[in-house]
Amino acid sequence: MLQETVRRFAVDRLLPGVEEWFESAEFPSEIATELGQLGLLGMHLQGYGCAGVNAVGYGLACLELEAADSGFRSFVSVQGSLAMFPISAYGSEEQKEEWLPRMASGEVIGCFGLTEPDAGSDPSRMRTNARKDGSDWVLSGTKMWITNGSIAGLAIVWAVTDQGVRGFLVPAGTPGFHTRDIKRKLSLRASVTSELHLDECRVPGEALLPGVSGLKGPLSCLNEARFGVVWGAMGAARACYESALEYAKSRTQFERPIASFQLTQQKLVDMMLEIQKGLLVALHLGRMKDASQLAVEQVSFAKLNNVREALEVARKARTILGASGITLEYPVIRHMNNLESVLTYEGTSEIHTLILGEALTGLRAFT
Amino acid sequence: MNIAVCVKHVPDPNLPMEMDGTRLKRAGVQGVLDPGDEFGVEAALQIKEGHGADVTLVSMGPEASSEALRRGLSMGADRAILVSDGALEGADALATARVLQRAIERTKPDLVVAAVESTDGYTGTMPAALAQFMGWPQVTFATQVEIKDRTLRAHRQTTTGYHVVECELPVMITVTAGINEPRYASFKGIMAAKKKPLERLALADLGLSAVDVRPAQEIVELSKAEEHRSGQVIVDEGEAAGRVAAFLREAKVI
Repeated sequence: MLQETVRRFAVDRLLPGVEEWFESAEFPSEIATELGQLGLLGMHLQGYGCAGVNAVGYGLACLELEAADSGFRSFVSVQGSLAMFPISAYGSEEQKEEWLPRMASGEVIGCFGLTEPDAGSDPSRMRTNARKDGSDWVLSGTKMWITNGSIAGLAIVWAVTDQGVRGFLVPAGTPGFHTRDIKRKLSLRASVTSELHLDECRVPGEALLPGVSGLKGPLSCLNEARFGVVWGAMGAARACYESALEYAKSRTQFERPIASFQLTQQKLVDMMLEIQKGLLVALHLGRMKDASQLAVEQVSFAKLNNVREALEVARKARTILGASGITLEYPVIRHMNNLESVLTYEGTSEIHTLILGEALTGLRAFT
Repeated sequence: MNIAVCVKHVPDPNLPMEMDGTRLKRAGVQGVLDPGDEFGVEAALQIKEGHGADVTLVSMGPEASSEALRRGLSMGADRAILVSDGALEGADALATARVLQRAIERTKPDLVVAAVESTDGYTGTMPAALAQFMGWPQVTFATQVEIKDRTLRAHRQTTTGYHVVECELPVMITVTAGINEPRYASFKGIMAAKKKPLERLALADLGLSAVDVRPAQEIVELSKAEEHRSGQVIVDEGEAAGRVAAFLREAKVI
């Protein structure tokens, strides 16, 4: 029923506008509130206005959102897993009460500041720092490629301190904190991506997330969000496959539908196989997550496989649609371009490969 | 105030309909809360939000019908009753009304809401029979309802406009598809629905036996509706507009 609800919402509210939003590069702000009303924001968290669904339910919601557009799944991932999750897991009672209900309803949008211009796959090299000044903290640095950055009312900023990496809650409008949107993207266009600039930005002591220090804080958030990517990528792939199947059955060449050609059938079957396999992996991971048995290597396995295969499905679908496949009239090239971002965000496929390489050999290929 | 809403689990109308003899095939077919019933549930929930009310969903059907009830509970209804009994297989509209009346009486309702007709059987007679068994007035084809004190005021759709009718509670209403925009079942609603009471009753619990629900009518034959004939194609050679106008005049459209 969770999946059915999101699918209906996507058909009613997301699909009619998505081509326009993608083309004009905007995230429709009213959708944030509607996603909140539906209970999708922080849906896997307990209490504070959150729905408390299990991991499989969360995954299915991500699947249906991304079948509409990766931008919506990204929005929900960032809000729930990257912004709300750290408050829920590591925040003080006051922080939870102040932020989580408003974030669950969509009134306050969150963003997650970890990546920097010179620290992507290697977040340990982050330069953003926070120093203690009396009871306050003063933050300085730049964050890059931040989904929801300029529309966020609250940024979760990770910074180096004399106690290691710590998380800070920085509300929009705090003096010294400003954002700038990254324009001219050809991927995730129906989603806002920004830079965050912190220039001697002063926040009170209570802005510190008390429950975690070190990189395991942000990495645990990413692991939550990656789990949603595992499902979402298959949603994008399904949308491409369905579009290609329908097109192949109706497009006639040489006086017969192109679906009757063996080469087209081969493509359709290969697409279907990878989607079904990817979904089984996602479902298996979901059940393990619900049983608290999920290891990070398994998330890497699924993120690497499912996004890579989703991109391959999108490309195959594009060839079936021929020239039509490059227009926004069909969802395929939109998903294909989006998946190029999904391939490298939340851990590049290279890093996930090396995590798995280390798991196999016991030898770490990166430090 | 207590509101009872009649709901039905029907084969998903978006899927091709399959017949099993003279009956609609249901086994193994994906079922949904009848889309027409979503308007009734929404209407009850809006009254609940405006005035405070306890909303009970009532359904008759096999165990799979609990799915439809869960959806209504996820939308925000408070409780549900499902009447399931082997003796009800093949029940007609009259038998259904008799059973629903007994189940609904248990909720001590002030208002009973149903769709104008179901999306599978389309008889449209069950609500009238139910009102008769309840001994209540019925307001049909409601496109708008409001309740003030203990009076229901409704817009009844007609072919040329609408009637405004008033009726004292208790009353039975049937609502049309245009009455509201049914809400989505939110994730919180879906989680909350798992804990809401769903009472399962058999015929005996309602003081009825198989004899009381014997079908009074039998469908003896089924045939497919005649397919629409293909339209007439006019190739415009300068006089097309005149020919279209002549066609419309002949059809008394203009």
